[in-house]
Amino acid sequence: MGFFVARNIIKNYANHRALDNVSIEIPEGAVYGLLGPNGAGKTSLIRIITQITGPDSGELFFKGRPLVPEDMNRIGYLPEERGLYKKMKVGEQAVYLARLKGITKHDAIQQLKVWFEKFGIQEWWDRKVEELSKGMAQKVQFITTVLHEPELLIFDEPFSGFDPINVELLKKEILELRKKGTTIIFSTHNMASVEEICSHIALINKSQKIIEGPINQIRNKYANNTYRLVCRYESGLDLQQIAGQEYEILSDKAEDGQHEIILQRLEPCPANTLLRRLLDSVNIISYQKIIPGMNDIFIKLVKEGSIVLNE
Amino acid sequence: MNKTLIIIGREFTTRVRKKSFLVLTLVVPILLAGFYAFLMWMLLKNDTQERKIAVINHSELEYPLNQINNTIFEYTDTVLSESSVPEFLKQNDYYAVIRIPSKVMDNPDIPVYSFSQVPMELKNEIASQLRKKIEDIKRATVIEEAKVPELEMKLAATQTPVLVRTLKVSEDTGEAKESSSEIASAMGLIAGMVIYFFIFMYASQVMKGVIEEKTNRIIEVLVSSVKPFQFLLGKIIGVATVGLVQFLIWVIFGVVLIFVMQAFFLPGLELEALRSANVAGAVSDISGVQHLSAEQLEIIQKVAMTIEPFFIFKFLAAFLFYFIGGYLLYASLFAAIGAAVDNETDSQQFLTPLSIVLVVGLYIGFAAMKSPESPLVFWSSLIPFTSPIVMLVRIPFGVPVWELFCSMALLVASFIFFTWLSGRIYRVGILMYGKKVTWKELYKWLKY
Repeated sequence: MGFFVARNIIKNYANHRALDNVSIEIPEGAVYGLLGPNGAGKTSLIRIITQITGPDSGELFFKGRPLVPEDMNRIGYLPEERGLYKKMKVGEQAVYLARLKGITKHDAIQQLKVWFEKFGIQEWWDRKVEELSKGMAQKVQFITTVLHEPELLIFDEPFSGFDPINVELLKKEILELRKKGTTIIFSTHNMASVEEICSHIALINKSQKIIEGPINQIRNKYANNTYRLVCRYESGLDLQQIAGQEYEILSDKAEDGQHEIILQRLEPCPANTLLRRLLDSVNIISYQKIIPGMNDIFIKLVKEGSIVLNE
Repeated sequence: MNKTLIIIGREFTTRVRKKSFLVLTLVVPILLAGFYAFLMWMLLKNDTQERKIAVINHSELEYPLNQINNTIFEYTDTVLSESSVPEFLKQNDYYAVIRIPSKVMDNPDIPVYSFSQVPMELKNEIASQLRKKIEDIKRATVIEEAKVPELEMKLAATQTPVLVRTLKVSEDTGEAKESSSEIASAMGLIAGMVIYFFIFMYASQVMKGVIEEKTNRIIEVLVSSVKPFQFLLGKIIGVATVGLVQFLIWVIFGVVLIFVMQAFFLPGLELEALRSANVAGAVSDISGVQHLSAEQLEIIQKVAMTIEPFFIFKFLAAFLFYFIGGYLLYASLFAAIGAAVDNETDSQQFLTPLSIVLVVGLYIGFAAMKSPESPLVFWSSLIPFTSPIVMLVRIPFGVPVWELFCSMALLVASFIFFTWLSGRIYRVGILMYGKKVTWKELYKWLKY
């Protein structure tokens, strides 16, 4: 059983079903990307995992046993809608939030000092939050999320509101936490960061889980037998004929005599066969299978999903 | 449980450290002390101003005006027209000049000319002295004409001073105690008003806190650490402790104030002795009171009588109970409102009905002062939404024990119910952003 498991979760609101029989399984140590368009049910699912709300039906397991309220102390949550008490001092507030996670005041102060030093923000300790910029407050918020060394961390759109430099800093910290063995749930629209950080993903659309698994497996699964060939050849050559009937040339773009050709394999045929056919008349520079980016898979799946549901 | 304590701690310290708390806690008692000191001073002071008033007497009355406190009257024959009055006053350093016309017996219209407004007390005193003189003369004439033997003495004998004493009889012991309905009314009403303000002030603080957490978006972080209901409970209790501390400080101030006033205004006066004395007239032998008039003494005695330690203790206990109970009831409802709206301006539609109920409670409290036994007062002292105010007004008049317990039990039951109800609205509301909420929707939330 995975580190965190949700089984057959159903959650209804007054007028709609937010989660329809959703099951996910998060392996230990994974960075688990929770993807989906706005309103798909990601936040509803996260709120159930964090025990902010309860599901109407379904089961939740943490480390192989049913989830209990005490587990709140082992989970860290950085919500998309986040904030701090504006009138409270930074240090005092961080200590308060840490104590609510079950850390003693003494430990909280010590660990906070380490983190504040790491981020170079020691001098903010006695400042009120309202005096900080948005990015500064986000840093404080991040620290308060990870301070109690949670075993499961949940980030909902963590990069919104950060400038690129701080995004990098944050990514670095998240990867470091992953290295330490923290399991991380990562909800975002930013597909580039998904490919960079996530080891597993689940896609939720219209209250249902559409796909789940290790990111490489999913990308390979959605590779639709297209290949990219970069080469040089004499003009006037009929490349389609040389390639044979198993392959169809989808596009051929030339720049300074260098061609970038996208081929689709129509029938099973080893790559070597194609290359052998091409070798005599074409100067091959590179040949690779095209693995779709998460962005493409995301758009494809969401669109397909909507077609299915519209029927 | 431990987390609830942490929440209570934060709610308490952040509020107590605010300047507004300090100002309110210190300024209110100082203002009240000032107000009472002023009242006492007004009550007990004699008119010490030295004045000299000229009297131009054209009438048959013989020296009708005599010294009033430090105001003396000088009789003069000067003939004055109205226009020469200012000069006359200035020249002779008179405070005022009174002209008693010759036909004063038939037409008692007496002008008093003065640069400044003549104090009411002085004016009344002048009027009463003149009236008495005129009445005496008229009376003497009537008696003379009637030719009834010893009429003067007979008439005097008809004057019967009546003393009405209110005595409260204890149901259990049958013991009768001197009581004062004026003081009872005042005490109950003041306590009722304080409860009203406390409930309003602190319940709105809870609401403001909830709205702040919602608009700051910190609430979602918080409820991932503690259960929403637990958090709400911590908040409500935390704010209540602020109110109780404030109240405690005020009580201490009050006690100190009583001692200070006693030492300052009534030196050597034994409150204990005064309390045990029965009638105002019988206390003149107590040291330090000789210089007080009978009327002043009566007032002081009435005040002293209500400061019976056991009664004060009972009253304070009831006050605390109704403050906490009423506060919990309203605070949980205010919190639900705070959770349902996005900002304070939106809270009005839900707040208005609650405020109306509370204000109605205050007005029934006023009514209770006049007729503590009316059915309206009786029922509203049992209904939990108005009972904290109305019952407190009733208590000094005496309330049957079963009514008191019934009212208290209803209050406890209803705040448990409404806290539960509000908790349900709260946990849904705090996570709903950017939505104008209707009553219908609130009802739906209850069933989530």
